[in-house]
Amino acid sequence: MIGEGTHSTNQRRHNYVQENVEVGFFTDPTVCIGCKACEVACKEWNEVPDDGFVWSGNSYDNTGHLGASTWRHVLFVEQDRQKGGQVVGSVTQSILPASLEPETGLRGGQECLPHDDPFRWIFLSDVCKHCEEAGCLEACPTGSIVRNETGTVFVQDDVCNGCGYCVVSCPFGVIDRRPEPLPNAGGAFKCTFCYDRQKSGLVPACAKVCPTESIVFGRLDDLRTRATNRLQELRQHGYQDAQLYDPQETSVRGIHAFFLILGEPEAYGLPPKPQVPTIYLKSAWTSALVTSIAALIAIFCAFLFFA
Amino acid sequence: MDTEQRLDELREQALDKGVVAGRGADVTGGPIPRRAGYYGEPVVRPPVWTWEIPVYFFVGGFSGMAAVISLVALTCDRGDVGMTALLVAAIGAILSPVLLTLDLGRPRLFLNMLRVFKYKSPMSLGAWIVFAFGTCVIPGLIALELHTQHMFGDGMDHFLKILAGLLVGGSACLGVLLATYTGVLLGATVIPAWFLHRILLPIHFGTAGLGSAAALLELLGHRIAPLYVLGFLVAAIETALWIWLEINKHGAADRALHEGNAGWLIRGGEFLSGPLALILRLTNLVPLAAISFLFGALISRFGWIEAGRVSGRDPEAVFASQR
Repeated sequence: MIGEGTHSTNQRRHNYVQENVEVGFFTDPTVCIGCKACEVACKEWNEVPDDGFVWSGNSYDNTGHLGASTWRHVLFVEQDRQKGGQVVGSVTQSILPASLEPETGLRGGQECLPHDDPFRWIFLSDVCKHCEEAGCLEACPTGSIVRNETGTVFVQDDVCNGCGYCVVSCPFGVIDRRPEPLPNAGGAFKCTFCYDRQKSGLVPACAKVCPTESIVFGRLDDLRTRATNRLQELRQHGYQDAQLYDPQETSVRGIHAFFLILGEPEAYGLPPKPQVPTIYLKSAWTSALVTSIAALIAIFCAFLFFA
Repeated sequence: MDTEQRLDELREQALDKGVVAGRGADVTGGPIPRRAGYYGEPVVRPPVWTWEIPVYFFVGGFSGMAAVISLVALTCDRGDVGMTALLVAAIGAILSPVLLTLDLGRPRLFLNMLRVFKYKSPMSLGAWIVFAFGTCVIPGLIALELHTQHMFGDGMDHFLKILAGLLVGGSACLGVLLATYTGVLLGATVIPAWFLHRILLPIHFGTAGLGSAAALLELLGHRIAPLYVLGFLVAAIETALWIWLEINKHGAADRALHEGNAGWLIRGGEFLSGPLALILRLTNLVPLAAISFLFGALISRFGWIEAGRVSGRDPEAVFASQR
């Protein structure tokens, strides 16, 4: 059985903020049903304004992408690849390793049509990644963006003056400046990890409402163990292209809200090798300082030798 | 075409390919999307900056470099040029924070920039540089003016001279940083078209700043040899930078710099401040060369910001830059 119901960490009170425990989200698309409860809960709890109602035509996704007024976003990925445990052709298939699938005829003891087009529909609830090395936090010139007790990244709205530098510093395109005429326009906004709720021992709104525990909230180390186990379980059941998306080997050095994905990260709009832009500072500043010195010398020479 | 024939054709297409593409029926390239990434949605966010930022880059550039010219001119006994240059720098020092503040989402909180000092944030360093530059240039100009007018007695006059020297010296040091840090500001971001050219950007912005300062002084009546030589040098460097930019292409990752409106703005800017300024200077049309360079420097800054906007919206550019 997937999910622990009322015993899950999603439903229990905690003291993570008081105990300085590193927390995170583990999001597993293989159990997501695309209900968008997380999107609605996030908007309602955090009083995030609506940012327009646009029909995108992109599967069941009319949210588009994360932004100043979208802190949870359910992706609807359509792929022409086989997925275990899904309706294929007209027959429901049991979860069976891909290697055991016969060419035609029987599958999981049941008869199925010979023309079963490979197709899978994946739902994944995207959110701010709360990077270990956060581009937005490093870039913020006002000190509005801080890391709080649980290791997550938080924007202090009363400090933010809306310079917009965090927007071009986030490797995941999460944080954005809220445009007029929305309430509190001008400031940068993103997921708060429900810091207000966490301080009171409550679980973030999105995880609390998730009916299948596709979003799991908890201690980061516990979640990483859980994710590794889940990955193994899925691989055993034929999900050969399942992988964890937690870029620990790049300069981002890991994320607090990490994902299990099927296939390549690009299909989810996730960068394959996200880098925190501070790694470019050294070469850019070297160039700036060399230019500065060269300019000084050039001006001096011009006035000395061509007077 | 005969309608029945069209219907037959559609049926054939459906049988053959399993999908019929056509207006209204093919929103995302369906039924299985073929576009890169997630329905072509951007992976990183494009910059939210508006016209104030490229104009600020331009103003900060000439004002910073004018302060350096002022220092050098004053030490080389060209007091007239030095005074005008310092005035140009002072005007820029007043305009710069105004432009920066106008671009903020919440302008009334602009002082929050000076709440913290973060050396790893070019935006934070930049705010401090602009602030410090202003506090050096404007008192420096006043001190220098009082000194040259001999308003006070000998002792006070001597003190004013030392004070002006210190302040102008400080302005010059901060000025070069003001003109070049903007390249770092763009270079240290996640926008592919910008970070891939993080070495070129500070050189380009610094050169454009120096050229604009020299051009403005020439237009203000200082047709002197040092400024002519500087104008010649920067136009040559801009030409070289343009060639470098055209050679150092990164394919899909920085295509925003070479395609569309942004590409034309950058090319146009480089043409005006590079080859055209060079030719006009060689044919001794110095005021035209100066005007051409100034326009080029301004247009190319708009081009770079526009390229960032295009590049940030382009998921394929982000993927290509990370492969």
